[in-house]
Amino acid sequence: MEPYARGRQLLNDQPGLAIVAVAALLLVGDLFAKLLGGGLTATRFGGFVWDGLVIGLLIGLAGIGLSLTYSILGFANFAHGDYISWGAFSGWAVAYLLAGIDRYAAGGLLLIGAGDGPAPGDVGVSITNTPLSIVAGLVVAVGFTIGVSLLIDRAVYRPIRDADGITLLIASIGVAFALRYLIVFFFYSGRQGVTDISRVPAYEIGGVVINAHELTIVVIALVLMIGVHLLLQRSKLGKAMRAMADNRDLAQVTGIPVEGVIRTTWILGGGLAGAAGYLVVLTQGTIAYDLGWLLLLLIFAAVIMGGIGSVYGAIVGGLVIGLASRLSLIWLTGDLSSFAEPVAFGLMIFVLLFRPEGIFGGVSTA
Amino acid sequence: MSTDWFQTSRLTQFRELLERSDVALVLTAMAAFYLLFLGIGAILNYDVAGLISILGQVTFFTAVYALIVLALNLHWGYAGLFNIGIAGFMAVGVYTMAMLTAPPTGSPPGLGLPVVVGVVGGMLAAALVGLVTALPALRLRADYLAIVTVAISEIIRLTYNSPAFSTFTLPGGIALGTGGASGIGTFPSNPIQAVYYVDPSSAASGATPIGAAIFGFFEAVFGVVRSAVIVDLTYGLVLAVVVFLVYTLLARVGNSPFGRVLKAIQEDEVVAKSLGKDTNRFKIKTFMLGCALMGLAGVLWQGFGTGAVYPQAFRPELTFYIFIAVIIGGAGSNTGSVLGGAVFANLLFLLPQYLPNIIEQTFSIQADPNNFIAAVGPIAAGEIAPLLGYILNQRLPALRFVFVGVLLIYLMQNRPEGLLGHRTETAAAVDLSEGHTPGGRTGSDLTAPDERGVDDE
Repeated sequence: MEPYARGRQLLNDQPGLAIVAVAALLLVGDLFAKLLGGGLTATRFGGFVWDGLVIGLLIGLAGIGLSLTYSILGFANFAHGDYISWGAFSGWAVAYLLAGIDRYAAGGLLLIGAGDGPAPGDVGVSITNTPLSIVAGLVVAVGFTIGVSLLIDRAVYRPIRDADGITLLIASIGVAFALRYLIVFFFYSGRQGVTDISRVPAYEIGGVVINAHELTIVVIALVLMIGVHLLLQRSKLGKAMRAMADNRDLAQVTGIPVEGVIRTTWILGGGLAGAAGYLVVLTQGTIAYDLGWLLLLLIFAAVIMGGIGSVYGAIVGGLVIGLASRLSLIWLTGDLSSFAEPVAFGLMIFVLLFRPEGIFGGVSTA
Repeated sequence: MSTDWFQTSRLTQFRELLERSDVALVLTAMAAFYLLFLGIGAILNYDVAGLISILGQVTFFTAVYALIVLALNLHWGYAGLFNIGIAGFMAVGVYTMAMLTAPPTGSPPGLGLPVVVGVVGGMLAAALVGLVTALPALRLRADYLAIVTVAISEIIRLTYNSPAFSTFTLPGGIALGTGGASGIGTFPSNPIQAVYYVDPSSAASGATPIGAAIFGFFEAVFGVVRSAVIVDLTYGLVLAVVVFLVYTLLARVGNSPFGRVLKAIQEDEVVAKSLGKDTNRFKIKTFMLGCALMGLAGVLWQGFGTGAVYPQAFRPELTFYIFIAVIIGGAGSNTGSVLGGAVFANLLFLLPQYLPNIIEQTFSIQADPNNFIAAVGPIAAGEIAPLLGYILNQRLPALRFVFVGVLLIYLMQNRPEGLLGHRTETAAAVDLSEGHTPGGRTGSDLTAPDERGVDDE
C-alpha cells in the first residue's frame, strides 16, 4: 500500500502536480494508441523525434552558458539570446566570405548578402560543398561571441557586480536591445536565406530523412558538450563554480580567484552561445537579427527545467523542451500547429510553479 | 548687477515651486515639450495645420505613455511585482474590446456591442488574465515572475497570431474571431469622431453641430480646414483628462488604508504579514487593478489611436519601452511615472522621427546607400555623406533602440532608483521621520515638509 499512500499524499500536497502528471500519462497513452492504431506512422513519429533532438541539442548547448551565469552571477541574463544572434552573424559573415571570395566582392559577402549582395544559391554554402568555410565560420562565431561577452561583462556587469538580481536583469535587457539592434545597424532587419539548401544531401535512415546539416549539428553539439564535461570534471573549475554559486564571499576568502572564475564562465557560456547561434542557422537555412531572442524563452525553459546552475540539467532540459515542442505537433495539427512554442512556454511555467528547483531536484552539478 | 540678482532669485523661487508642486513640474515639462516640437515644426516649415497636428501627436503619445507607465508603477512601484508581460495584458484589453464591438458582418466577425461595453469588457478581461497570472505567479521569486510574465505575454500574442482562432464559432452559433496574423481592421471608430461627425466612420458625412462649431472656430482663428487634425488634437486632450483621472485614482488608492498596506509590504513584507495582513490578497488585487489599467491603455492607444489591431504590435519590445519609461521616472512615484512617460514619449520616441528630416534639411544629404559597406567605403576617399545618409535614411530606428539600451544600462549603473527616484513614499499618512528635509531645505522649515509628505506621489 506504500505507493498508494504516497500517491494520496501527492494529491493532497500538490493537486496541480497530480493533474499535470495525469495529463502527461494520458498523452503518452494516446501516443501509443495512435502509433499502434495507425493514426501516426512510425516514420512521422521518428521525424518529430529527430527534429526535436536537433533543436533540443542546440537549446541545451546555448542553455549551458545561461545556466552557469544565472547561478554564479545571480541574474537571468536576457541578453543571452543576442549573444546567440551575434554568434550567428559573425560566424556566417566569415563562412560566406570564405565560400564566395573567389567570385564576389568581399563587402557583400561580409554582410551576408545585405543590400545587393550575392544570393545564397550563388555562394553555395553547405557542409558538403564548402566544408572548410563552415568550420572556419564556427571558430569565428565562438571566438567573436567570447569577445563580446567578455567586453560586455567588463563594461556593464562588473561595475554593478554586487547589485541585486533585478538591477542586473534590467541592465541585461539594455544589453539585449543594444546588441540586437547593432546587428540591424550593420546587417539587416529582415530574414534572409544563407545556406544553399539545394546542395545539402539527405539520407534516409529507417524511413526518417536526415540531412547532412542536421548530422553536422548533432556531431558538433555532442563534441562540445563532452568537452565541457571533461573541462569541468578534470579541472577544479567546476568545483570553484559550485562554490561561487553557493556563496561568492565565502568562495573569495577560501582563495578562489572570483573574477577569474567569472571570466571563465563567460568564456564558456559565450563560446557555446556563439556556436549554438551559428548552428541554428545551419539547420534553419535562414538568418535573422532576432533569432536568438526568439530562442531565449525556450532556453530559459530548458535551464529552469534542468535546475539553474546545472550543466547536465541544461542539456537534458534542452532535449525535453526540443522534443516537447516537436512532439506536441502530433496533437496540434493543421491551424493548431502554431501552438508548438506556447506549449514549451507552458511547460516552463508548470515547472516553475510545481518544481522551481528543476525536475532533477536542484542537484547542482556544474 | 541688480537685475542679475533678481533673475537668480526668480529662478530659485521657480525651482522651489517645481520641487514643491507636482502639477507645476508636469506642466513645466509639458510646456517645454510643446515648445520643442513647435520649434521643430517651424524649422520644417509646417503650416498651422501641421503645427496643430504635431501638438496633437505630442499630447497623444505623452498621454498614452503616462497612462501605461502609471499602471506599471502600480505593479512595480507599489506592489513590487516585476511584471514584464505588459504587452500581453494590453493585447487582451484591446482584442477583447475589438471582438466585442466589431460588426457581426465584418471580417473577422465580432459581436457588434456598444463601445462602452467593449471598453469595460476589455478592462475586465485584462484584469481576469491578470488574476490567472497572479494566483500562481506570486509564489515565485522576482526573477521567475519576470520570466513567467514575459512567457505569458508571448503565449497571448502567439494565440492571437494563430490562424486557429482567426474565426471561430461560439457554442450558441455566434461567429467571432481574432483575425489571425492580420488582426482586426474593423475597429470601432475613435469616439471623438462620433461627437464631431454625423457618421463616425467617415469625415465626408458632414459635421454635427458640436463638430461644426469646433471646426468653425479653428477655421476662423487659425485658418485650419483639415478636420482630422482637430479630431486628433481633441482625442489627445481627452486622453490627458483620462490620465489625470487615473492619476487621481492612484493617488487616492495610494493614500487609502489599502495603499498604506501596499507601502508596508514594500518596506517589509514579513512585518505586514505579522500584523495580520493577507499580503498575497493585496498583491493580487493590485495586480488585477494594474492589468485592468493596462487593458484600458491598450484600448486607448493601440485601439482608438491606431484604428486597427494586429498581433505584431504587442511584441515584447513594447513592454521594455514602458519599463524604460518607468525607470526614467523612478519606480514608486506617480508623478515620476507621468514625467517618465512624457520624457520617453517625446525625447526617445517622437523626436527621433523628426530628427532625420531636420538634419537632412539643414545639411542637404542626398546619399542613401542601402548597406553598411557602401556607407563606410567612401570614408577612405574622405566622403562622410554616405555614412550619414545610411544612418539617417536607413538605420535611425535601429540606432534609437541601441541608444535606449545604452541608456538603460547607464541608468542601472548610475541611478538605479531612476532620474526622479529620490522622491520617497512614506507608509505613514503623517511624516514621522526626524529631520526630514526634502530638496535640501534646512530643518528649520518644519511646516512645509509635512504637507509635502502627503502630496508627494
